[in-house]
Amino acid sequence: MKRHVRASNLMLHSITRVVTFVLLAFSIYLFFAGHNNPGGGFIGGLMTASALLLMYLGFDMKRIKKALPFNFTTMIAVGLLVALFTGVSSMLFGYPFLTQFFDYYDLPVLGTTELSTALPFDLGIYLVVVAIALTIILAIAEDDS
Amino acid sequence: MSALHWVILSPFLFALIIPFLFKYVSKIHTGWFVWLLPTALFIYFMNWLPVISSGQVVETTISWIPALGIDFTAYLDGLSMLFVLLITGIGSLVVLYSIFYLSKKERLGNFYVYLMLFMGAMLGVVLSDNLIVLYVFWEVTSMASALLISYWFHKDKSTKGAQKSMLITVAGGLAMLGGFILLYQMTGTFSIRTIIDNVDVVQASPLFVPAMLLILLGAFTKSAQFPFHIWLPDAMEAPTPVSAYLHSATMVKAGIYLVARMTPVFGGSNVWFWTLSIVGLVTLLWGSISAVRQKDLKGILAFSTVSQLGLIMSLLGVGSAALTVGADDPIYSQAILVAIFHLFNHATFKGALFMAVGIIDHETGTRDIRKLGGLMTVMPITFTVSLIGLASMAGLPPFNGFLSKEKFFSAMLNVRNFEAFDVGSLGFLFPLIAWIASIFTFLYSLIMFFHTFRGKFEPSNYERKVHEAPIGMLISPIILVVLVIVFGLFPNLLSYSIIEPAKQAILPTVLPEGEQFVVNIKIWHGVNTELLMTLGVVLIASFLFYLMHRWAKLAIYNRERDPFNWFYDNALTGLTSGSQWITRLQMTGLLRDYFAYIFTFMLLLVGYTFWRFDAFAIDTANTSVIEPFMWILIPLLIGAIVTIPFLNHRITAVIVVGVIGFLLALLLIVFRAPDLALTKLLVETVTLVIFMLAFYHLPEMRKEKFTPRLNVANLLISIGVGVMMTLVALSSAALGNEAGYESISDYFLENAKELAGGYNVVNVILVDFRGLDTLLEVLVLAVAALGIVTLIKLRLKGGEDV
Repeated sequence: MKRHVRASNLMLHSITRVVTFVLLAFSIYLFFAGHNNPGGGFIGGLMTASALLLMYLGFDMKRIKKALPFNFTTMIAVGLLVALFTGVSSMLFGYPFLTQFFDYYDLPVLGTTELSTALPFDLGIYLVVVAIALTIILAIAEDDS
Repeated sequence: MSALHWVILSPFLFALIIPFLFKYVSKIHTGWFVWLLPTALFIYFMNWLPVISSGQVVETTISWIPALGIDFTAYLDGLSMLFVLLITGIGSLVVLYSIFYLSKKERLGNFYVYLMLFMGAMLGVVLSDNLIVLYVFWEVTSMASALLISYWFHKDKSTKGAQKSMLITVAGGLAMLGGFILLYQMTGTFSIRTIIDNVDVVQASPLFVPAMLLILLGAFTKSAQFPFHIWLPDAMEAPTPVSAYLHSATMVKAGIYLVARMTPVFGGSNVWFWTLSIVGLVTLLWGSISAVRQKDLKGILAFSTVSQLGLIMSLLGVGSAALTVGADDPIYSQAILVAIFHLFNHATFKGALFMAVGIIDHETGTRDIRKLGGLMTVMPITFTVSLIGLASMAGLPPFNGFLSKEKFFSAMLNVRNFEAFDVGSLGFLFPLIAWIASIFTFLYSLIMFFHTFRGKFEPSNYERKVHEAPIGMLISPIILVVLVIVFGLFPNLLSYSIIEPAKQAILPTVLPEGEQFVVNIKIWHGVNTELLMTLGVVLIASFLFYLMHRWAKLAIYNRERDPFNWFYDNALTGLTSGSQWITRLQMTGLLRDYFAYIFTFMLLLVGYTFWRFDAFAIDTANTSVIEPFMWILIPLLIGAIVTIPFLNHRITAVIVVGVIGFLLALLLIVFRAPDLALTKLLVETVTLVIFMLAFYHLPEMRKEKFTPRLNVANLLISIGVGVMMTLVALSSAALGNEAGYESISDYFLENAKELAGGYNVVNVILVDFRGLDTLLEVLVLAVAALGIVTLIKLRLKGGEDV
């Protein structure tokens, strides 16, 4: 991948800089919209992954690594644990594994908002999806020999 | 959880801390800590002895899998008592001995963990009332035994021996499990107590004989009965404390235990009597003759163990006759008494002999009787221990082996008078075989004694300076030979406390309720047939030994290896090459072959099932209107699919596959499924990037040329799969209409807001209704991702395998 990238890719660089932000913002919207509109952790995760992919395609591998100092392999584990713990937390109150709860709260700024335990669960899914997509792609891309 | 359960589990729990003791308290030999456990357990069980001797039993249950009738019931009666005392008592002595046998430089952590695993499992075997629990522990003993045999795994012989013992005993164990399941079929319970209570149901069942034979297969493989005995000599590669403990005193007697335990169920039948007697006697004879041919001290002891196990097995067979007779007639039930008595005696003298051989090996560096000689003056204590042990094994007074040998003869002589089982004129064979085997037993005892301790001491035969073992190593064998003498002089110390309750446990139905067996073992019976037989044994064996220089040159003497190994070796190589052949037949390494297998199989399976249940149906009712843009989308989709096989460049092919994906997404939009469409679009995008990346790294390959025949076959399979899937879809729609099924979506549509607080039904299903599915799916994704990373990072060099 990095062999393709040359400094002359001005168009790609400029567009990537703008589009990435749009994509990331949209992916966050998708993630939160999931409960009532199209979206959710899986789709949001894929969208984020595509945004990050675009960055990797547009720029040098090293530069992106500096900008995004994540270890995606660890992120897989973190995501799985988040999803697992939301599932287990309902057990602490005597409900079966993965029982989800929701209620409506009056929050400042946001007004009446529904808060549900499905959200952290979805966050776990989101993290795993982002992480696996990038783990696979980076593993292949970094393999230079 | 009662104390008894904790006792069974204690070795397993203790095994958990052994590695830490070994690592962090390295100044003290780990064996000292381990030694405390069997010693404590031995004292614990000794406390129960008065209770058990008075004819009571201890039984406690905890529920394990009640739905399947599997409870962890600990049951302690006379028979179990005999075994737990052997396991903990010999265990304690063996651990003490091993402290001096194994230096601190060895991997002691592993050794003692395996040993504790074995001890716990063995306690579990003899204390479980539930057959399935017994089976689990049974297999754990096989596993621990294999681990201990291969303890010095850098030696090729050790791993081979471990594999052999594992394959043979586990195969037998599986057969035994089959027998247990058949017993369950007959009685509906896994509890041995309940099965014995319902013994008339078992005996009336047509499954009686199959169940018996399967269980016996398990017992015979474990107790090294002919022709399964071949694993035991190879197991001698284990460190000597292990051979003394597992392969002579305890584990190999698990088969004996099982047979004794099952005697109330199967005993009294013809097949049981003859199978046990014949297999036992053949093993006895074969083992004793083979032992004579061995040149390795441990080899002699191994075959000797085989033959002694055969002796006990035949006694259990003969003694089972008591169950047909009903009332207690001593000529029938006496054999059981001898079996128990000899089981105990064998553990004492054979344990001592193994330990003595271990000392010789440890101090001289060899166990070859052709090199050894003259050790009598160099190692006087070991010599004394061996002398007593060998005399007891050969059946000389005043040691315990003499008593059990005499009683064995009289039990076998009694068979001539049996009125059951059509023994008739065959009865004379029993004492005859017993007598011949005893001659050989005496002969190998003589060989072992004279070739090791007499003759001239040649210092040049040894790599090190030979001297007596340290006192710590001698304690255990000395204790054992003291027992040999004590029980030889006062056998009735055992009769009341152990033999009577054990006999009661093996033959529970022979005596009327409330009565107990009275066992009185006399040392001197006067001059009778048995004594004359012993005299004959001594004379003939001595004569044979005197002539040894003549027959020692014979080819049959010089071949040590048991001829039955031929079957095992060939079976093993045959199995390996056979399975390799089958694997190579199908594993072509070509993805398209695998696809062809998968799809052909699917086609046949689904097609057959549909044809068998006559499920093909087409019903055009309730179909929706085909909207105009479908007429554009579908031909495009089909067109793209049909193009792929004709594309020559892989990048083009991937792009066309991507086009198919995007068209599908479009189709989903048409069907008003925005979530799915969005997911599909994103997945397609990411997949495309991954494909491109992968191709960038892969070498450019030319398209493979197929023969026309292969092309036609592949075409037929693809068309078949397509047609089949279409038919399945149409049929299921038709059947759904016919049965008036409601769509499951209605439930979700109605309840999504109500139960999960969300309007997006797809997402609500993902995170709430079927959250576990989602969790497991991402888990699969994560595993796949890690797999890909591993595959890419792991660079195998030529010839390497994962």
